[in-house]
Amino acid sequence: MNAEKGTAAPLRMTYREACRQAIREALAGDPKTFIMGEDVGLYGGCYAVTKGLLEEFGPMRVRDTPLAESAFVGAGIGAALAGMRPIVEIMTCNFSLLALDQILNNAATISHMSGGQFAVPLVIRMATGAGRQLAAQHSHSLEGWYAHIPGLKVLAPATVEDARYMLKAALNDPNPVLIFEHIVLYNAEGELDPSVTAVDISTAKVRRPGRAVTILAYGNSLPKALQAADELARDGIDAEVIDLRVLRPLDNATIFQSVTKTRRCVIVDEGWKSGSISAEIAARLSEDLFFELDAPIRRICSREAPIPYAAHLEAAALPQMPHIVDAARRLVRPA
Amino acid sequence: MSDFVMPSLGADMEKGTVVEWRIKPGSAVKRGDVVAVVETLKGAIEVEIFEEGTVAELIAKEGQEVPVGGVLARITRPGETAPAQPAPQPPLPATPQPKIPPPIISVTAPSARVKVSPAARRRAAERGIDPDRLTGTGIDGSVTLADVEAAPAPTPAEAALPKAAKPRWGFEPSEMRQAIAAAVSRSKREIPHYYLTTTIDMSAALHWLQAYNKERLPDKRLLPAVLALKATAKALRETPQLNGYWESGAFRAMERINIGWAVSLRGGGLIAPALRDVDRMTLPEVMAALRDLVARARGGGLRSSELTDPTFTVTSLGDRGAESVIGVIYPPQVAILGLGRISKRPWVVDNQVAARPLMAASLSADHRASDGHTGGLFLDALDRLLQEPDAL
Amino acid sequence: MSDKVHLDRDHGQHLLREMLRIRRFEAKCVELYQAQKIRGFLHLYDGEEAVAVGVMQALDARDAVVSTYRDHGHALARGVDMGSLVAEMYGKVEGCSRGRGGSMHFFDRAKRFYGGNAIVGGGLPLAVGIALADKELRAGAVTVCFFGEGAAGEGEFHESLNLAELWKLPVLFVCENNLYAMGVPLEEAEAETDIYRKAAAYRTPAEKVDGMDPIAVEAAARRAAASIRSGNGPYFLECRTYRFRAHSMFDAQLYRTKEEVELWKKRDPLPRLQTWLVENNMLSEEELRRMESEIDAEIVAAVAFAEAGQWEAIEDLERFVLMDEAPE
Repeated sequence: MNAEKGTAAPLRMTYREACRQAIREALAGDPKTFIMGEDVGLYGGCYAVTKGLLEEFGPMRVRDTPLAESAFVGAGIGAALAGMRPIVEIMTCNFSLLALDQILNNAATISHMSGGQFAVPLVIRMATGAGRQLAAQHSHSLEGWYAHIPGLKVLAPATVEDARYMLKAALNDPNPVLIFEHIVLYNAEGELDPSVTAVDISTAKVRRPGRAVTILAYGNSLPKALQAADELARDGIDAEVIDLRVLRPLDNATIFQSVTKTRRCVIVDEGWKSGSISAEIAARLSEDLFFELDAPIRRICSREAPIPYAAHLEAAALPQMPHIVDAARRLVRPA
Repeated sequence: MSDFVMPSLGADMEKGTVVEWRIKPGSAVKRGDVVAVVETLKGAIEVEIFEEGTVAELIAKEGQEVPVGGVLARITRPGETAPAQPAPQPPLPATPQPKIPPPIISVTAPSARVKVSPAARRRAAERGIDPDRLTGTGIDGSVTLADVEAAPAPTPAEAALPKAAKPRWGFEPSEMRQAIAAAVSRSKREIPHYYLTTTIDMSAALHWLQAYNKERLPDKRLLPAVLALKATAKALRETPQLNGYWESGAFRAMERINIGWAVSLRGGGLIAPALRDVDRMTLPEVMAALRDLVARARGGGLRSSELTDPTFTVTSLGDRGAESVIGVIYPPQVAILGLGRISKRPWVVDNQVAARPLMAASLSADHRASDGHTGGLFLDALDRLLQEPDAL
Repeated sequence: MSDKVHLDRDHGQHLLREMLRIRRFEAKCVELYQAQKIRGFLHLYDGEEAVAVGVMQALDARDAVVSTYRDHGHALARGVDMGSLVAEMYGKVEGCSRGRGGSMHFFDRAKRFYGGNAIVGGGLPLAVGIALADKELRAGAVTVCFFGEGAAGEGEFHESLNLAELWKLPVLFVCENNLYAMGVPLEEAEAETDIYRKAAAYRTPAEKVDGMDPIAVEAAARRAAASIRSGNGPYFLECRTYRFRAHSMFDAQLYRTKEEVELWKKRDPLPRLQTWLVENNMLSEEELRRMESEIDAEIVAAVAFAEAGQWEAIEDLERFVLMDEAPE
């Protein structure tokens, strides 16, 4: 691979490939790291992220598990407690609810409840989001729920670069880190800057600077937000797009800095609006940035229904680029 | 005759049990006397009476549970002969009444208000600009930061004015309209008003006033309103059932007599701040207080407590007003006195029709707190007191 | 470590002492609870001491323990300092979990004591994971996982047994079958009331043991540990036992009769072992009195330690929600 040779030429790859390379690098770099989950081995991963890794690292490092989310997530927690650096893959975040007891009652509590005697350096990867007509039990965005829980870190890579390097940062973190990979992004292609070999998992990033309005997005909403910003630019509206990247802990500083500048904010969130991460951000803006605001905060979220199968309904249920454009334009130019 | 009722001793008190009477029929009582011990959910509490008179009858028996507002005893006031007893009324059910918020400050009307973004409002304050006067270009017509920045700098006079021109809490006419709307709507919705009107011959009062003012410089002269206010205060001493609040399903008599004086504001709207302890002031003191209050009400600088302090309100439309005015009670107060214009009209004196300066005095009172009899006594007292201006 | 019990004078007295420590410690806990020094839930282990004490005889320092909310006996038998336990229940920062866990959540890293887990069945997956790591990092280490028979109703029980056997992990599952899941009698909750048969269905070696007999428990635990250490994968012990006290402090025990409790008390492991030791000239009256006074002194010192302890500073409330680094 070119990146490993450190050549200056940018490297083009898919988000899926970036996830795979990140796992390969982790397995190759640390004997205490292993990956386990349903169909990560022989099958190559439900979304083909781990394809080829079993052959390369063997069944002790790439472990297929029975369909027992609670046991294998709990086993990941136990292994992390006892010194390993496990990566657990949950096929989709809907299935993570079967392991919620382990994630909430054990992973998130043990370091605090033991008075700091134990740490849980565990990474849980899961697929999230809609857009592939997988209907209501494989399409939800539950990252906002997990972002509610103290003791966890919650990441949402939206770029190939983050897909490539967030895992390393997560494995170096002594806390349980949940990575939500958006199913629509797996096929997205992007270029990796060879000079970048690591990313942080603590900040939001300005993906497009602007002055007129701030658009906050994460996951598969980021490309939609960037397209919306292009559309707005044709109208002479200079939108700033911020990729949240880390949903817990939220990077207040970057968000506040941008909104202080633009004084207007549209939040795009594929979760349902009620009780969502977008609600949390809006609340923080009104608590801490009230006197900087020049317009109400707007949120573009999924419609409040289970995600349906039919393509037109699914599309209608999700935040789309025109919604973002419309909301931003109304805030900047109400007439 | 008046009713002594189960008082509300706390917001969560709905009823009490009379465990001990400290009075019996025939006992003389005065304001502040402990007359009974009432057991509440918080324990036994000594209950004071806030009026003067003689106990005519104990309605509640010891051991009886009575809701807040229910009649405990009947009191005959001084100089009053006990009338034929009406049948004791069953205790009133306790209906907790949310307290009406003080006027203006807390009521807002989103639809009528000029929308100013938080950032614009802050910048406007920094620049000394009144953002409400700007035309908004923002969402829903709101005034934005850019609108404030684009506005011309205020003139020195304007810059000096904004704070001084408004009362300290900065209410706006539209907000005030909403507050008035809320208060009177609630009043009419919740308060069963009864109305009594009498005509008072003001000859003696005006005669006295003319003589008094003749000897004095203009700034020391008195207005007829001062006599009316003082007479009102003294009349309220005789009818304490009209001076106080209806709260949590019960009337609470107030010791102090703080008369709200309705002042119409030049920018529109109405405010009725309190003249405190009118019964204890001399006439020149009432005049000075009235002058100060009206100036501050119109120029700004009322204290919020002056808006919540009134225990009774007087509204007078003045020289150019109507013949009579029947007011709407300002909750939680229980009565309002409306004074019409003093004008010469035919009047029968000594069986002869004569032209006399007359004033219509109308009492609107809360029927939950008092009955027409009480209101009648009040108007009689007012008339009587105004016939003896020397004694005021 | 031997896979046989050598019941000499010292060992017999040791078993008795360990059970007596738990019994007397918990009597003190009740007193402190009623004096409101200890609050929250308080689940007592009286009657079940033979299980914790018997099992711990088969462990050494490299081994790990995963416990339940009824964790006093396990922690004491594992050697967690008694003062730190009382301090924990007082909510003091000197407690074994800095006062953050209370009675149900004792932790001790030095003893590889991975916590009282108060979610029924929640500890089993953890134990599987610890064993998974130990298989890589600490050859020969055993993870003992205690749980009640109520856990057998949870999916996590079955998922974990399957995974442990599938991956041949060094877990010793110890089911403390005290016949009631809170107030639900075993036969009203389980179609198969022999819990060890469920483990056998996963092809895990499984035994039913008299949980009122510390020697029987120790013998079984030694057999199990030897099997596990030799690489045969997990082992399952169902210890039939009985709790003499209520489930927790606020429990009127409507679900069982006083006669039943009295019947089980006849099998109380403490007097049984004590009588046996005396009859076999392995314990003198004087030794017994000395043992009791030493235990009483330990309890007095533990309570004094807790009384003298400090409250954790409120500023530290959010400390360790996230760790800066993993402890080595």
